[in-house]
Amino acid sequence: MTIATTPLAIETEAPPELEVVNMTKQFGKLVALDNVSMLLKPGTFHALLGENGAGKSTLVKCIMGFYRPDQGDVLIGKSARTIDSPRDAQRYGVGMVYQHFTSVPAMTVAENLVLSRIDSPALINWKDEYDKLSAFMATAPFRVPLELPISQLAAGQKQKLEILKQLYLKSKILILDEPTSVLTPDEADEVLGLIRQQVTAGKLSVLIITHKFREVTSFADEVTVLRKGKFAGTGSVKDLSVSDMAEMMMGERKEPQPVSKVTHLNAVPVLEARDIHAIKDSGLPAVNGLSLTVHSGEIVGIAGISGNGQKELVEVLAGQRSPTSGEVLVNGKPYKATRAEMYSNKVFALPEEPLRNACVPHMSVAENMALRTFDRPPQAKGFMLILNAIRNTADTLIKQFSVKTPSPETPISNLSGGNVQRAVLARELSSEHINLLIAANPCFGLDFAAVEFIHGQIVEARNRGVAVLLVSEDLDELLKLSDRLIVISGGKFSYESEIAKADFSAISHSMAGH
Amino acid sequence: MATEAALGWWGVPLAIAAGTMRGGTPFLFVSLGECLTEKSGKINLGLEGTLLTGAMAAYGTSYLTGSPWIGVLAAGLAGAALGVIHGWLSQQFRVNDVAVGIAMIIFGSGVAFFFGKPFIQPKAAQLPTIDLGAWSGIPAVEAALQISPLFLLGVLIAPIMHWFFKSTRWGLFIRAVGDSPDAAKAMGMSIFKVRLLSVVAGSFLAGIGGASLSLYYPGLWTERISSGQGLMAVALVIFARWNPIQCLWASLLFGGAQALGPALQSVGIKEGYYLFNAAPYILTLVIMIFTCSPKRSLTGAPGALGTDT
Repeated sequence: MTIATTPLAIETEAPPELEVVNMTKQFGKLVALDNVSMLLKPGTFHALLGENGAGKSTLVKCIMGFYRPDQGDVLIGKSARTIDSPRDAQRYGVGMVYQHFTSVPAMTVAENLVLSRIDSPALINWKDEYDKLSAFMATAPFRVPLELPISQLAAGQKQKLEILKQLYLKSKILILDEPTSVLTPDEADEVLGLIRQQVTAGKLSVLIITHKFREVTSFADEVTVLRKGKFAGTGSVKDLSVSDMAEMMMGERKEPQPVSKVTHLNAVPVLEARDIHAIKDSGLPAVNGLSLTVHSGEIVGIAGISGNGQKELVEVLAGQRSPTSGEVLVNGKPYKATRAEMYSNKVFALPEEPLRNACVPHMSVAENMALRTFDRPPQAKGFMLILNAIRNTADTLIKQFSVKTPSPETPISNLSGGNVQRAVLARELSSEHINLLIAANPCFGLDFAAVEFIHGQIVEARNRGVAVLLVSEDLDELLKLSDRLIVISGGKFSYESEIAKADFSAISHSMAGH
Repeated sequence: MATEAALGWWGVPLAIAAGTMRGGTPFLFVSLGECLTEKSGKINLGLEGTLLTGAMAAYGTSYLTGSPWIGVLAAGLAGAALGVIHGWLSQQFRVNDVAVGIAMIIFGSGVAFFFGKPFIQPKAAQLPTIDLGAWSGIPAVEAALQISPLFLLGVLIAPIMHWFFKSTRWGLFIRAVGDSPDAAKAMGMSIFKVRLLSVVAGSFLAGIGGASLSLYYPGLWTERISSGQGLMAVALVIFARWNPIQCLWASLLFGGAQALGPALQSVGIKEGYYLFNAAPYILTLVIMIFTCSPKRSLTGAPGALGTDT
């Protein structure tokens, strides 16, 4: 044993200990972090858990020098360090993989790697650098082609590159912020598994932000939980059950409510799409011949990793993008998503990023809630708007959908993400008759209570006989709500099944396009 | 007169070739400057004003010192000074770079007109030219092939800038900041500094473009000397897909288009003179029409161009 370990110890320096002591960070009046401490032991895989807004990202951004904490210290290797920028963190061997990719899309993999280095030379000798990079790739746990521009990489490859970048920079402490949100379950297991091997070999310490318990239980050694900016608990993963961790996160035991569905007997096709083709903003094909039918009283879920054409498909159906070929029928008639057609066919939509796609940010909550109806009685008379009617409707909807807003006159961009989502949902579901609802990632970034509320509203609409097309990146959400599940990959449907017969591993495989 | 008549219709391509090199020089400098600026993610429409200020500063300095080369340097520095204003102002919170750019067009022209008044009459020392046509013995050919060292300088800068973007640390910084500020920030770069320096360096080049107007061709100082070339250069960068080498070809094309009217006039075609003079403007419009599409974004455009981040 001693013979084998001695050369290894010289070759690979063990990661240092990272400790956060009594850290506090305020943004204006909001206390994002309140006296939080945590310890990342050398050579461990540590999960940081918490609901949205619990302060996880703020904590790691304080460690990385993105934010300057109001109070508290970061100790690396038992001594306090001042970290004012990610470059300082890099000097101490701390690297972070962000939730959103931080490679420059127009540059190649090689350019991005060289650029990320703190000591990148003023003049770059590309031949020399390519030799060194190829040597590095040969020893890396996974490989990415060096000459390709980032914009041509698939999401999984991009995420691997982000992790490779940190290994290339010789980071000893790796902070991962929801690294698997853009990966298929298979890819997530592969990436985390390979990192886990590096940790077990004593080459790395990992701090991972996630809210997937599956990943915590299969990969992490220890867990620290935050709740509303405060420390809520810590412990060894093998001593804690999933419900213990969930309780620490939410402060109370809360079982997700099961959804109850009504069966509809005489379902009619409401939305029919035939052989839709569409291109991305860059001119590359995004949707390659999709056909689908959604019946009344049915939720059709579309699963897929972001960037596989679902965004463009929703845009075509919502009238934000013209298809290059193919046709859309609603209630058996050709549908071009004009305002008149939306009104007569009772088509409603809940697009992703509602503040950008479904609101006029500087207009008030009341005005935004009236966007569908302001030009018809009772909210309009001839060319005049009846402002009182608009305000009264808004008041009712704000109460009914519990939208937290200071007043109906507040610009909608001042509301939190969850409340913008509620306001749009209120507008889209308030109509007495709805035939078709198109929803894309309706719960993205919302807290537990808001998710439950929106799920309830969608199922309630379905039970009333509304045809629902639900596009989501959250597989659990789709498995819970859908009647039928379709997987999209590379702009084509690669899997379709009734929800009762859906097979998790087949779904996961077809998400990767197999 | 006899030789000119002997040249006949050959005068047209010759005049266009000469015009390409003369008229293309300011386009070249301004478009390279704008290319550098836009690569960092900022738009500087104010280069029209910078061009005028550069022309005035070059002419005035050349007249006062007697050295046209000091004039060129002064033009660059005057441009850089305007660049500092634009680079700083356009990066303030809630400030839009297009709005600042338009303000800078007016400010730059105002500065040029105000300080340039005394220099309209006097004759300043012009830049020397390299005579490539001496062998021919035909005055028209000799006049056409007088090449400015500034033109050659611009032709050299284009590939150097291309190499700079590809193979230097600073070049990669600028591209990273222009394409993905978030990524640049995650790597610990100062977006403000990189953009400020890019805008200043770009404005320096645009100022030199002004010097080529007043000290080479047409080689005088009037208030109407730039006739919108600074703005056209912005369109030209789009046409060139933010590539410095293609900026060179595009500048030559625009310079050539500008020379079309005078060239046809020299062989006696009087009809449609103003129409041919409008060629560069028509070319700008045509390029805009063919490069814009509601369905897709431009390839090669820096990702964060003109956004407020």
